[in-house]
Amino acid sequence: MNHFPESWGRPRDDIYGTYNPAYLQSTGPKAHTQSPAVTGTSVIAVKFNGGVAIAADNLASYGSLARFTDVKRLRKFSDTAVVGFSGDVSDMQYMDRLLESIDIRENYSTHGNMLNAKNLHTYLSKVLYKRRSEFNPLWNHILVVGFDGDKKPFLSSADLLGTTYSAPHLATGFGAHLAVPILRRLFPEDRPTEDITKEDAVKALRECLKVLWYRDARSLDKYSLAIITEEGVEIKEDQRLENQSWAFAETIRGYGAQVV
Amino acid sequence: MTGFDFSNYNRNAALHARGVPLPKATSTGTTIVGCIFDNGVVIAADTRATSGPIVADKNCEKLHYIAPKIWCAGAGTAADTEFTTALISSNVELHSLSTGRDPRVITCMTMLKQHLFRYQGHIGAYLVVAGVDPTGVGLFTVHAHGSTDKLPYVTMGSGSLAAMSVFESTWKPNMNREEAVAICAEAIKAGIFNDLGSGSNVDVCVIENDKPTQLLRNYMKPNERGQKERDYRFPKGTTAYLNQKIISKEDMRKYISVEEASGDPNLMEVDS
Amino acid sequence: MTSLVNQQPHSEAIGYSFSQSTHAPNKQHSFYPYTDNGGSTLGITGADFAILAGDTRSVAGYNINSRYAPKVFKIGGDDETGEGAHILLSVVGFAADGHALKERLDAVVKMYKYQHGKPMSVRACAQRLSTILYQKRFFPYYVHAILAGLDEEGTGALYSYDPVGSYEREQCRAAGSAASLIMPFLDNQVNFKNQYIPGSGEGHALEPKKAGPLPRSTVEQLVRDAFTSAVERHIEVGDGLQMMVITANGIEEIYTPLKQD
Repeated sequence: MNHFPESWGRPRDDIYGTYNPAYLQSTGPKAHTQSPAVTGTSVIAVKFNGGVAIAADNLASYGSLARFTDVKRLRKFSDTAVVGFSGDVSDMQYMDRLLESIDIRENYSTHGNMLNAKNLHTYLSKVLYKRRSEFNPLWNHILVVGFDGDKKPFLSSADLLGTTYSAPHLATGFGAHLAVPILRRLFPEDRPTEDITKEDAVKALRECLKVLWYRDARSLDKYSLAIITEEGVEIKEDQRLENQSWAFAETIRGYGAQVV
Repeated sequence: MTGFDFSNYNRNAALHARGVPLPKATSTGTTIVGCIFDNGVVIAADTRATSGPIVADKNCEKLHYIAPKIWCAGAGTAADTEFTTALISSNVELHSLSTGRDPRVITCMTMLKQHLFRYQGHIGAYLVVAGVDPTGVGLFTVHAHGSTDKLPYVTMGSGSLAAMSVFESTWKPNMNREEAVAICAEAIKAGIFNDLGSGSNVDVCVIENDKPTQLLRNYMKPNERGQKERDYRFPKGTTAYLNQKIISKEDMRKYISVEEASGDPNLMEVDS
Repeated sequence: MTSLVNQQPHSEAIGYSFSQSTHAPNKQHSFYPYTDNGGSTLGITGADFAILAGDTRSVAGYNINSRYAPKVFKIGGDDETGEGAHILLSVVGFAADGHALKERLDAVVKMYKYQHGKPMSVRACAQRLSTILYQKRFFPYYVHAILAGLDEEGTGALYSYDPVGSYEREQCRAAGSAASLIMPFLDNQVNFKNQYIPGSGEGHALEPKKAGPLPRSTVEQLVRDAFTSAVERHIEVGDGLQMMVITANGIEEIYTPLKQD
């Protein structure tokens, strides 16, 4: 014992080694998600007459590694809405749990689950905005599809910053660059949503997924597709891209003078 | 002395280190494409030039002449695409003169990539090189760092993904001239309407075997400005001045030749 | 016990970790909580009306998020349609903050009506908006807001704000990415800056053209011309023009398509 009472009973550095103060950090920034880890790429969706169609591939990447090839990124919410997630998969699973608990809570109430896609989108975008305001973002960009309060087809997006917007056709990630131009060309503004059939919409989504598979290095040819109409939600989770065209490859010889 | 002048390099590096920003170059945040067909090749470009978020030129030309049957579409720093293509055009012509043969696309592409590689990407020219020569049809992309690509259809610039979406969903082998022009124009339009760096009109250049090259300037004009609702002509005397000195046409005739302009001399540019 | 030998064997004091600071060096955050969604807004007042307008394009980088994402909102309306509202708010900058700000102000104006049994005056609403913005002084709402309505005398009132709550009542104001393009045009055409009455005097005696409230039709034309011109020269402005006109009879909304390139 020495004449420093505050040191009595404390571990001595000469015996235990110096303590790493980083373990006892009471102030300073907490480690939050600074960047996503396991991620999903594009989600794409289109409105059609009487509903909305949404699609996403089944890949979860870890950087450039195609880590999980059977991940379902479209989540159904109580037969009234579907949420498509791109971005961090662990954050997606957290948000999925939030949705699950809301669904259970609503179903225990006397009126049952009356939340529609629009309500769900409002909720999720507020969760995302709150988390970004705490500097602890949920690293996702989501699309919510279903119906609004007036039973009209609903399609809207929300991202990790809480930014929201809607349009007749939307895509996240690489799809915003590659799929949206295709969808805007197939379904121009002067063509009303009422003129677009379910078959048109689904065909367009499959075409977009094919182009994404050609050009997005973080994509997969296995995908999920959900169609939401008045009748309910139809999810197909083990789809494969068909009729791929690699015709251009036949003529390619090198990058310059090579001819054989 | 030939080539670039580096004498201000140290001064500029010191200024930059102290927070003086680099001068902003006009960039052709662009959509450019190319596509080969059975008898030749088509290249196309939009006509918007930007400086940051501001449109610097609404109808600029991004299709550059190299040789009568070799043309280049340029994206990236406007000055770099302009001067690089002009330089290579000049050298291609000299080469053709000294060899006594028609220039080849592969020659032009090699000269471009060697020039750009030497400058390690500091010359920000991203090019689509296309043409026909005695060996056949050629279509290449050249990146600012010097890498090249040879493909039946190519896109470049900020609108390259929007344009590529058109090719990847509608391209088919063995197209004819009309189909190739149509798909290129459609690809440029995808860039114009989906990419903010691209806009205004579609320029097309068709290079064909045994036919003169056709530069279809403003092949499509899908973005014409409507009529303004108000008249912004100012009555004479609106601007304040402290003193005036009138130099008559007669005075000027002593030094220069003066001709009457055609049209109403009171009309200003805003009245068009 | 090698550590005993190595660590200053002749020293009197024995080291204890508790004396050290528990502050680790600050880590660099890579998450940036803001983005710019582009677009522009514009407000002009008249003798018995106020107009608030904004383009409807939402932007992310060189991408168009949506061609129809309104920036002008009715504040304090009775239901989702905004019916019965008597105040307009436009927000441009970071759309998520803009949306949050609009929701907050909307709630405040509604609560005021429920608690006091009368609608909130535009002047009071303007002051409240300033307070809301300043409350987030060190994590601001990244928006340039413009508030419009009719004052107690029934004349058009327009208040413009910076992101942290500094505000001023004005005749006209442009905000957003093309503000620097539109504002000089407004100075010249609404406040007649740099315009003099021809032949009214010599040299310094020349009289400036006097600005006064403009008729509604003129203002609507100016707004449309301002936007069609901004579309020509700014890449983030386009797709559609949403104009809200507030008069004693209520709020009228006019939509005009703009170029989409």
